[in-house]
Amino acid sequence: MPRRAVLLLVTLTFVAMAAPWLAPYDPGQTFRGYRHAPPMRPRLSLGLAVHPVVLKSLREEQFAEDFTRMVALPWSASRTDPVFLLGADKSSRDVLSRLLWGARMSLGVGLVSALLVAFIGALLGGWAAAQGGWSDDVVLRLSDVLLVLPVLYVVIVLRAVLPLVLSQAQVFWIMAGIFSLVGWPVVARGVRAIVARDREREYVLAARSLGASPGRVLWRHLLPACAGHVAVQASLLLPAFILAEATLSYVGLGFPDTVPTWGTMLREAADVNELSRFPWTLTPAAAIFLVTLSTNVVLQARPVERRRSADRVANRTAWAVGPADTIERPLRTPN
Amino acid sequence: MVTFCLRRLLVALLLILGAASGAFLLTRVAGDPVIEEPGPRTAEERQRERERLGLNRPLLSQYLSWLSDALRLDFGDSIYFSRPVGPLVRERAVNTAILALAALTLATVVGLPLGVYTATHRTGPGPALARAGSMLLLSTPPLIGSLVLVLIAVRTGWFPSGGMTSAAGLTGWRWLADVSIHLPVPALALALPLAATLERLQSQALAEVSRDTFVRATLARGVTPRHALLRHAWPASLGPVLGLYGVIIGTLFSGSFVVEAVTAWPGLGRLMVDGLRARDLYLVAGAAAAGAACLAAGTFVADVAHAVIDPRVRESR
Repeated sequence: MPRRAVLLLVTLTFVAMAAPWLAPYDPGQTFRGYRHAPPMRPRLSLGLAVHPVVLKSLREEQFAEDFTRMVALPWSASRTDPVFLLGADKSSRDVLSRLLWGARMSLGVGLVSALLVAFIGALLGGWAAAQGGWSDDVVLRLSDVLLVLPVLYVVIVLRAVLPLVLSQAQVFWIMAGIFSLVGWPVVARGVRAIVARDREREYVLAARSLGASPGRVLWRHLLPACAGHVAVQASLLLPAFILAEATLSYVGLGFPDTVPTWGTMLREAADVNELSRFPWTLTPAAAIFLVTLSTNVVLQARPVERRRSADRVANRTAWAVGPADTIERPLRTPN
Repeated sequence: MVTFCLRRLLVALLLILGAASGAFLLTRVAGDPVIEEPGPRTAEERQRERERLGLNRPLLSQYLSWLSDALRLDFGDSIYFSRPVGPLVRERAVNTAILALAALTLATVVGLPLGVYTATHRTGPGPALARAGSMLLLSTPPLIGSLVLVLIAVRTGWFPSGGMTSAAGLTGWRWLADVSIHLPVPALALALPLAATLERLQSQALAEVSRDTFVRATLARGVTPRHALLRHAWPASLGPVLGLYGVIIGTLFSGSFVVEAVTAWPGLGRLMVDGLRARDLYLVAGAAAAGAACLAAGTFVADVAHAVIDPRVRESR
């Protein structure tokens, strides 16, 4: 499970970093005469190619495929006409390129926040459990309060009290900061529980009897024992962070409109007229859905084989009901 | 039981007070509604406006006079809407409550029975389908869900795409009919992921409980499996589900601004965001108080229900 979490995080990091190589065009590049051009379907003929689209009616913004010609995909060296595999948006920009560049921002914020949450959560949780006493109480109460609050509201309020117009980098770090501020209790509570349990285990006692300082015991022995839990919890928070970015940008409290992110793209597509006539502008929603789904599937589907044999032993006498899906985390709705 | 309720009530009041004060102070510190307001006003006019609204006073004195009014349930006038905050918030809270109630009912009716079903039937196409479905819905947060539902609504023309009523001033049955046509899109967007969450949680909780020895003992006494499930195992599994209900009720009734923004539902959440963006501190504080009240009420109801079901909870607090 932890290994899968790490794999997922690494994959998404690569996707986020690969935009300059994968994106066929610059995200801000506009193509005159291709406003709201529909997605072009790749067809097989001497390699993949598409029929170029021709504007049928400027007023209705209707396009038709020109079946007499073929145009190579935008990545090939011999490109001629612009090719929009996911269509063009209302500023005549390539949705695919914007989606890939947007992944950079959206996944970037999510990943950075997840890392921060892992770091803060592990340190605070470990420190609280190792210290015990009042520091333990403070961390526990604080995380209780934070877990009960409706997260998105807190995020919105925190964001809204900061200046509304900020540069791209400032927004990025402010968002990451706010997200980790509200996310750390999820990790810290688990770490605290693990450290409190392991404090009296043999390996810790052994380290301590060899003269390791409390700090070293925590850093070199106890926290590594929590690594799996931290990785899983942090990656489970990732979709929530990506969604929070989208939501903030959607209501106009996130990235400036000039920056392509999944949130700002959805904001541009949000008009009912736009969205119903040109549904391909909703692809960022599909991207968010896919990231969320893959996180859920990767981290919540459990290895089947091992479970069955374990259940047979545990469950031999139980009544018609099968094994319990173990609860990895309190299920929280992304509201 | 009475002390239990009273103590919870006190905590709830403190929460409401804290949330409203926090929102007021943060918004006051963050910016100035008059200075940041776009429009052709001279510096002098703006200064006069600030005096009228009490923004020129020191933070503490403004806060204290707001607080003493707020404790008498007078939340001041909204700067953005130029109306008293109280009626404005009440009006929006009713709209949000309609939406929240619909979503809650829908999620419960779909989620809980499905959860019991997947917990008791573990193999075969039916449960697999239900599990796959809830995995999909679990990954469809309200923002995505509402956008897709609006798309479907517009494309098919089955439902209006936004708003709460098509015409102002409808009354009685006509109003009810109009609202219930507008309701499905936002309610479904909220309810579907909730139903999936409830299904998963109920399924896990019931599966866990049914391995307990008391269920086996019930079966050994000769109670039919069906009866053992519905009368003994299921109530015992409701603890974690009720805990989640507290959070759900709180968040739903304090307004989901995402869905409200996408479907143009005039609810509390949008009011809050509008107020925040306009730096309208009286409005923000009023909306925060209403939201916190809903949140507290949700947890309170869930706690009391839990205490009624499970005597251990009553004793321990």
